[in-house]
Amino acid sequence: MPNISREEVAHLARLARLAVTEAELDKFAGQLDVILQSVARVGEVAADDIPPTSHAVPLRNVFRADEIRPGLTQEQVLAGAPSVEDGRFRVPRILGEQA
Amino acid sequence: MSLSTADLLDYDEVLERFDPVLGLEVHVELSTNTKMFCGCPTAFGAEPNTQVCPVCLGLPGALPVVNGKAVESAIRIGLALGCEIAPWCRFARKNYFYPDMPKNFQTSQYDEPIAFNGSLSLELADGTVVEVGIERAHMEEDTGKSLHVGGATGRIHGAEHSLLDYNRAGVPLIEIVTKPITGTGARAPEVARAYVTALRDLLRALDVSDVRMDQGSLRCDANVSLMPRGATEFGTRTETKNVNSLRSVERAVRHEMSRQGAVLVAGGEIMQETRHFDESTGTTSAGRRKETSEDYRYFPEPDLVPMAPSADWVEQLRTTLPELPWERRKRVQTDWQLSDLELRDLVNAGALDLVAATVDAGAAPDAARAWWVNYLSQEANSRGVELAELPISPSQVARVAALVAEGELTNKLAREVVDGVLAGEGEPDAVVESRGLAVVSDDTALYAAIDDALAAQPDVAEKIRGGKVQAAGAIVGAVMKATKGQADAKRVRELVLERCAG
Ligand SMILES: [Zn+2]
Repeated sequence: MPNISREEVAHLARLARLAVTEAELDKFAGQLDVILQSVARVGEVAADDIPPTSHAVPLRNVFRADEIRPGLTQEQVLAGAPSVEDGRFRVPRILGEQA
Repeated sequence: MSLSTADLLDYDEVLERFDPVLGLEVHVELSTNTKMFCGCPTAFGAEPNTQVCPVCLGLPGALPVVNGKAVESAIRIGLALGCEIAPWCRFARKNYFYPDMPKNFQTSQYDEPIAFNGSLSLELADGTVVEVGIERAHMEEDTGKSLHVGGATGRIHGAEHSLLDYNRAGVPLIEIVTKPITGTGARAPEVARAYVTALRDLLRALDVSDVRMDQGSLRCDANVSLMPRGATEFGTRTETKNVNSLRSVERAVRHEMSRQGAVLVAGGEIMQETRHFDESTGTTSAGRRKETSEDYRYFPEPDLVPMAPSADWVEQLRTTLPELPWERRKRVQTDWQLSDLELRDLVNAGALDLVAATVDAGAAPDAARAWWVNYLSQEANSRGVELAELPISPSQVARVAALVAEGELTNKLAREVVDGVLAGEGEPDAVVESRGLAVVSDDTALYAAIDDALAAQPDVAEKIRGGKVQAAGAIVGAVMKATKGQADAKRVRELVLERCAG
């Protein structure tokens, strides 16, 4: 039976860069627990003769030719940006991190 | 945080106490026309955010489709590295929040890389051969480019804000990861550099990437750890990024060994972290603490179906592999009849391609080799440029070699012609013409000079006529002087003897 702790919810929230209050930690832990339990029931049905699958459709090797297709203009790209500078998305500085 | 030299352990002392372990991750951008999952162009240097679409921007509802050419390149790279090709594999989502990845995940491969378990053999400058195991080569996509603006230094820690250009986001990448490289001791930095060099040459031969480290199409992350000498359990490693040249690979590894040595000797612990290499100081500084792979919450990419390269397809791609660098070196050694040392000098000088092109342009292998490995290498060294960057082409060198072979130029004159080409005076024939360098091969002109010399030194002339052929040297010398060294001394000697025999 899955069980998710407040600490795990807090950790997930941090990874997702979400600010979650103390009260929300309890609330989400309970909700996530319900989701995990529901999903776990699928596992109970799966017998050894049912291979795990990640795709519902039995397709493979769907490839595209290496041909250029028109994309968006810079104007279109930046239309939804909260802030723009020099044709680029402007975002808050990133503290002490670098990819 | 900056490091003073006091925080570094003397390199020899590092080696007395520790064995280094290396792990190298090389990212190579494929030179496909389009991105990994969309039809946006990949050309370098376009205006920001002009090569993007809903797919690579991660807009809701956009569906990726795999670039078949990129898969082909990945398989060819895998085969060239002696890897097994997965008969079935998938893409996975690597979840992390960082503005350079607009989707908030990177589409990558996790536990099902397309190629795995290979090896690459490298030769160090002194001929030592090192076999590096390849753990895996997997497909993924590049991130966008961030520009950090403002702050005291413009570096990220002082940055006020960041500007994002997503042209690079989604460009096909192959990440090639080595198995741990152990037992290299003092030569670890050299091995790291030789590995990246060998991989670059291989990828270039495969024609799958521009492999330009300066433009970021080939990037190396160096994992370095130290363990007490004789130990078998690896120490904690750091991963140094931002290593943008072959020389930097060597410097970064060496620096990290000395830095970690100092920390360990002082009783400290190595943090598992990403570090950044600073080209100007040759040092590394702490970056972000590494997230664990659990934190990336990898899961199979639901928007892309699995890949199952058929054995037929893989074998067909194997037939497209070009002559690989080590096969080529072997062939060249046989074709040009080189000793091991001559081959090594040729390879170490980075002259193989240039010599081959010069031979293709008609020069004899020995002559082509002598020009590039000896004369032109020195010239490149003194100018501080790569051999290939010298303003002389293989066909120009071949022309000079031809003029020497035909007796039109002596070696000394030929060097002057090459100097003229390097100085921008035009094609070899034009330099010969403008500098007046042609060998005086006209026998009539030589007879005149010889007669003058014989007349000027009648006693010598008498000795030669009397059978003392060695006396001819004085006359030959005088003729060479009179023709300003532009005569073929051997021919002059023949003519002197002929003149005195009659
Ligand atoms: Zn796109």
